[in-house]
Formats: sequence, structure tokens, C-alpha cells
Amino acid sequence: MELAFFLYFAFVITTTSALVVAFRNPIYSALSLLIMFFHVAGLYVTLHAEFLAAVQIIVYAGAILVLYLFVVMLLNIKQDDRYHQQWPFAGLIGGLLLAEALVLTVERYRAPAVATSEAESVVAQSGNTEAIAEVLYSTYLFPFEVASVILLVAMIGAILLAKRDLQEAPRS
Amino acid sequence: MTVPVSYYLALSAVVFLTGLVGVLIRRNIIIILLSVELMLNATNINFVAFSQYLHNVAGQVFVFFALTVAAAEVAVGLAIIIALYRAKSTINVDEFSLLKW
Repeated sequence: MELAFFLYFAFVITTTSALVVAFRNPIYSALSLLIMFFHVAGLYVTLHAEFLAAVQIIVYAGAILVLYLFVVMLLNIKQDDRYHQQWPFAGLIGGLLLAEALVLTVERYRAPAVATSEAESVVAQSGNTEAIAEVLYSTYLFPFEVASVILLVAMIGAILLAKRDLQEAPRS
Repeated sequence: MTVPVSYYLALSAVVFLTGLVGVLIRRNIIIILLSVELMLNATNINFVAFSQYLHNVAGQVFVFFALTVAAAEVAVGLAIIIALYRAKSTINVDEFSLLKW
């Protein structure tokens, strides 16, 4: 049963991620990326990471993708030259990495099974959200604060970059 | 857990490779940023799968940090795209060769 869910999610994720690269129109790419985000959230639910699934939908599908669609429609691109000249190079690197990943997967296939039948961890005991919160606000408190600084810097940088008056003299 | 962790690794590798190939072969800079999102999601799948496999919730915390970096990257990247489009009226990456050696 779990395997069936995983295969469904994996199939949709790989298909839509291939479509993101293959579509000619950026809007279709963004929409198929939306479908992929939803299925990644479903995959998180099957992995008992419910809080992350909610965050995935809210942040990725809600904020990031809307930003993408906003920019795509703002720029209103008509023509799109499709593929770059260096696609043999891309195929070489992609093929090499894929071969390496497959070899590693086959090699490590008989990895020792980590105690699945042991006493349930914190994750299962007290709910996913509480477990994440306890670790996030104790062990990872300093990286958490640094993340807020990153967001602040990104906000200032985005405002500065997209401001019109920097390059041109004020015309109005 | 009935699904072995190697399945998640294979799925993540496939998605990451799709994103990598997308970055390398597409000319539209928006699609390139979308492909970067694909790669970030592939790493997130890996984090969550190992978090479940090793019974350690720290992997899910790292997904939060990856998500923060993704949000910052999107904001700055789209601002750069808008600035580029305003300067050159195109988003084809072949047109931008100012920093090319």
C-alpha cells in the first residue's frame, strides 16, 4: 500500500519535473511545477512529516510559485528560443551523474536495516510539529536566527535590484 | 517503513538530474530558476527520507533552512531578472555576455 502511494507520487513528480524543463511556455512550466510541489507535499505526508507538507504547500505553492507567475506575466515573453547550444555538454554531465547515482544505489542496495521495530522515536510519540519545534528552538536556535537575517538581506536586495531609479535619471 | 530508502534516493537523483539538465540546456532565465527549484526540492526529499529512515528529526529542520534559502534565492533572482529585462528587453541568457570571459 505504501509502495503504491510512493510509486504514484514518484511517477507524477518525475513526469512533471521533466515537463518543467520541456515546456516551451514558461507559464506551463510554472504550473507543472505547482503540481510537482503538491505531490512532493504528499510524499512528505507518507514520510510522516505532516508539518513540512503544510509548509511546502504554503511557502512553495503559495508564495514562491505565485512570485514566479507574477514575473512571467509581468515580463510577457513572446518568443522563446528553446534550447541552449551546450546541450551535448549537459547530456554528458547528466549521464555521468545518473550513472554514478545508479551505481551507488545498486551498491548500497543491501544497506543494513536501521532498527525499524525499535521503540518509536520522538517523531511518532508527540506529534511531528512538536518534535520539530523542540529541535528547532533548542539545538538549531542560532541557525534559525541566521535564517531570518538571510531573509532580511534578500528582501533589501530584491528591493534595491528592482528599483527603477537606480539606472535611469528620474523621468517623472 | 515498507518503502526502502534507496527508492527515495533514486527519485531524488532523477529530479535533481532533471533540474541540472534544465539549467544547462534552457535559454529562458525563468526556466533556469525553476530548474534550480527542482534541484532544491530533490535535496529536500532526500532530507525528509533520511529523517524518517534514521528516526532523527534534524533532517526536517534542515528542510526549513533549505526553504528559507530558496525563498531568498527566488526573491533576489526574480529581482535580477526584472532588472535585466529592463536593461536589455530580453531574458535569453545568450544575450547576457557582459561577464563572460
